Amino acid sequence: MHETEIAVAILVATLRAATPLMLAGFGELITERSGVLNLGVEGMMLMGASVGFIGTIASGNPIVGLLAAMLAGAALALVFGVLTLSLMANQVATGLALTIFGVGFSALIGVNWIGTPLQGISSDIWPSLATSSPIVQQLMLLDPIVWLALLSPFVAQWFIYRSRAGLILRAVGESHDVAHALGYSVLRIRYFAVLFGGAMSGLAGAYLSLAYTPMWSDNMVAGRGWIALALVVFSTWKPLWLALGSLLFGFVTIAQFQAEGLGLALSPHLLAMLPYIATIVVLVLISRDATRLKLNAPAALGRPFHATA
Amino acid sequence: MRLSLEARARPARIMTWASPLIAAVCSVIGVSILFAVLGRAPLQALYVLFVAPLETLDSLAELALKATPLLLCAVGIAIGCRADVWNIGAEGQFTVGAIAGGGVALACGGNDTWWVLPLMILAGIAGGMVWAGIAALLKTRFNAHEILTTLMLTYISIQLLGYLVHGPWKDPNGYSFPQTRQFADDAMLPMLFEGTRLHIGALFALASVPLGSILLGRTLMGFRIRTVGAAPAAARYAGFSRNGIVWFCLLLSGGMAGLAGICEVAGPDGQLTPIISPGYGFAAIIVAFLGRLNPIGILFSSALMALLYLGGEGLQVSMQLPIAVTGTVQGMLLFFLLAADVLINYRVRLRPSRSATAAGAARHA
Repeated sequence: MHETEIAVAILVATLRAATPLMLAGFGELITERSGVLNLGVEGMMLMGASVGFIGTIASGNPIVGLLAAMLAGAALALVFGVLTLSLMANQVATGLALTIFGVGFSALIGVNWIGTPLQGISSDIWPSLATSSPIVQQLMLLDPIVWLALLSPFVAQWFIYRSRAGLILRAVGESHDVAHALGYSVLRIRYFAVLFGGAMSGLAGAYLSLAYTPMWSDNMVAGRGWIALALVVFSTWKPLWLALGSLLFGFVTIAQFQAEGLGLALSPHLLAMLPYIATIVVLVLISRDATRLKLNAPAALGRPFHATA
Repeated sequence: MRLSLEARARPARIMTWASPLIAAVCSVIGVSILFAVLGRAPLQALYVLFVAPLETLDSLAELALKATPLLLCAVGIAIGCRADVWNIGAEGQFTVGAIAGGGVALACGGNDTWWVLPLMILAGIAGGMVWAGIAALLKTRFNAHEILTTLMLTYISIQLLGYLVHGPWKDPNGYSFPQTRQFADDAMLPMLFEGTRLHIGALFALASVPLGSILLGRTLMGFRIRTVGAAPAAARYAGFSRNGIVWFCLLLSGGMAGLAGICEVAGPDGQLTPIISPGYGFAAIIVAFLGRLNPIGILFSSALMALLYLGGEGLQVSMQLPIAVTGTVQGMLLFFLLAADVLINYRVRLRPSRSATAAGAARHA
C-alpha cells in the first residue's frame, strides 16, 4: 500500500475510535461544568448501545435507533438527576449505581439480540462512488456521527465561552449559591446539563453498536465511559483539549491493529491493556499539578445544592 | 399540594437502619414489575429468587460460599469509604490476588508439602495489595484520583488474566480451552463441611467482621479513618496524615480483595479461567453501602447479595431468565437505597403548592 493511503487509513481508524470518547466526553464536560459529577457514563453508554441497536433493527431506521439511544441515555441520567439533585444523594455512589444498573439492564434487554447481524451505519449512507480512489473510499468510512463528533468540540467551545446560556452554566458550576442569589434556578439548569450528558453518552454508545462494531454484546463499551471521564479531567474541562485527548486515545486504541500491520506478534490481551495504561498515564500527568487542577475544576463540582430560601 | 424536603436538626439514626429495609421492599416491588414485564409470574419468580435458595442445607452452603468474597471485599471497601477513599477496583485486586496465588499453586503444588496453601494465600493477599498499592502511589504521589485508577487497573488485570490463561499458563492438555491445569490437591482449600463446596475461606470472611469492627471502633487508626472521612479539616489540624490513611485503606482493602480472589480459585474452581468472578468486586460496593459501611451490617447485606446471585442462577435454570437479571436487581437495590437515605438527613413535608400559596395571599390582601 502507498504511504499516503496507510496514513489516511490510520487517520480514519483514529477518528472512528475517538468518536465515542469525544461524544460522551462532551456530554460529561457540560454536566461537570454545571457542578455535577456523573460517574455513570459507562452505564449510560451501554444503555445507548443496546437500545440503539434494538431500535435500529426494530424500526429498520438507524436515525430512530440513534434517537432511542439518546432517550435511553437521558432516561438513565434522569434517574441520576432525581437522586442527586432532588434527593441530594451522594453523586459518586449514585454514579456507580448507574453504571452497575446500566451493565445489568442493557444485558437484560439485549439478551435476544446477541449475534444478530446489522448493516452498519457507515456503509450505506453516502452515495456510492465506485470509481473513486482508495483514499476517498477510506474517507467514506467516516459516517455522519464521526463528523458530528468532530464538530462537537467547536460547538462546546462556543457554547461555554461565547453564549449566555454557557455563562449561566459556568456560574452554576462555580458557585451555586451565587447563581441562586442572582435568581437562576440551579436545579433546573443542572437537570438540563445532566440530561444532555446522558443523551450524549447514549449517542456515543449507539455509535459503538451501530457503526464502530455493528453488533450487540454484553458490556461492549469496555470501559470507554470511564476513559471519557478521565479525559474530561485530562482536558481540565476545556472542550478543545478534550478533543485532542480523545484523538490521542483513538490512536492508542487502534495500536492493536497497527502492531499487527507492522508484524509485531504481541498477545492481543497485552495490546488491549494499552488504552487503560494510557489513561492512567495521562491522569497522572495532569493530576500531578494539584493547584492547576483545582483552579480549572468547576468549584462546586460534586457538591449538592439545597435552596434554603 | 407538593412534597418538599426539610433539613432535620440532626440525622435520624433510626433511618440509617430503616433505609435498607425500605430499599429492599421497594426493590421487591420493582423486581415484581420487571418479572411481569418479562412475562413471568411475579410470585413464582420471587419465590425462586428469594426463598428457594434458603430451602436446603446444600444451597445454604452455596449462599455462604458466594457471600465469602462479597464480605471480604465489602469490609475493605467500607473501611476505605469511611475515610473518603474510594476503592472501586476491588474486582481488579481480586483478579490479581487470584493470579498471584494461582501462580504459586501451579508452580509449587503437587509435592504434598504443607506450606503451599499458606504461601498461596499470602501471595493472593500480596497480589491484591500490590494492585491497590499502585493506586495508592498514584494518589499520594501524583494526586491521581483512585476511582479512575483502581478501575483502569481492573481492566488491565482482566486482560492480564486473559493473557495468562490463553498464553503461558494454558493447560497443554486442556483441549485448547483457555484455562490453566487443575490445582493439585494440596493447593486446594479444605472444605468446611463434607459434601458441600463451602471452604475455609468463609472463616476468613467471618473473621473480617469483628476485626473490621474493632479496627474502626476501638483503635487509633480507626479513629483517624473516621475523622479524615467525617471532618477532613479537623483531621488536618490534629496532624493525621492523609496520605498515610490513603495507603492504609487501599492496602487493606486490596489485600482483602486479593484474599477473596485466591480463596475463590483455590476453593470451588481449582483452576484459573478467563472469568473468575461474576462481578463480586463491583457488587461489593453495593454490599458496603447496604451494610451502612459497618462490618456488622455488611455481614447481613453480603448474605442478601449472595441470595440475589443464587436466586438469579435459579431463575436462569427454572424460568429461563437471563443471568443479567441479577445485575439489574443489584443496581435497582442501590438506587432505592440512595433514594431512601435522603430520609436520614431530611424529612418529607407536604406543603401547599406555590400557586395555592399565591392564591391564599391574594385572598388575604
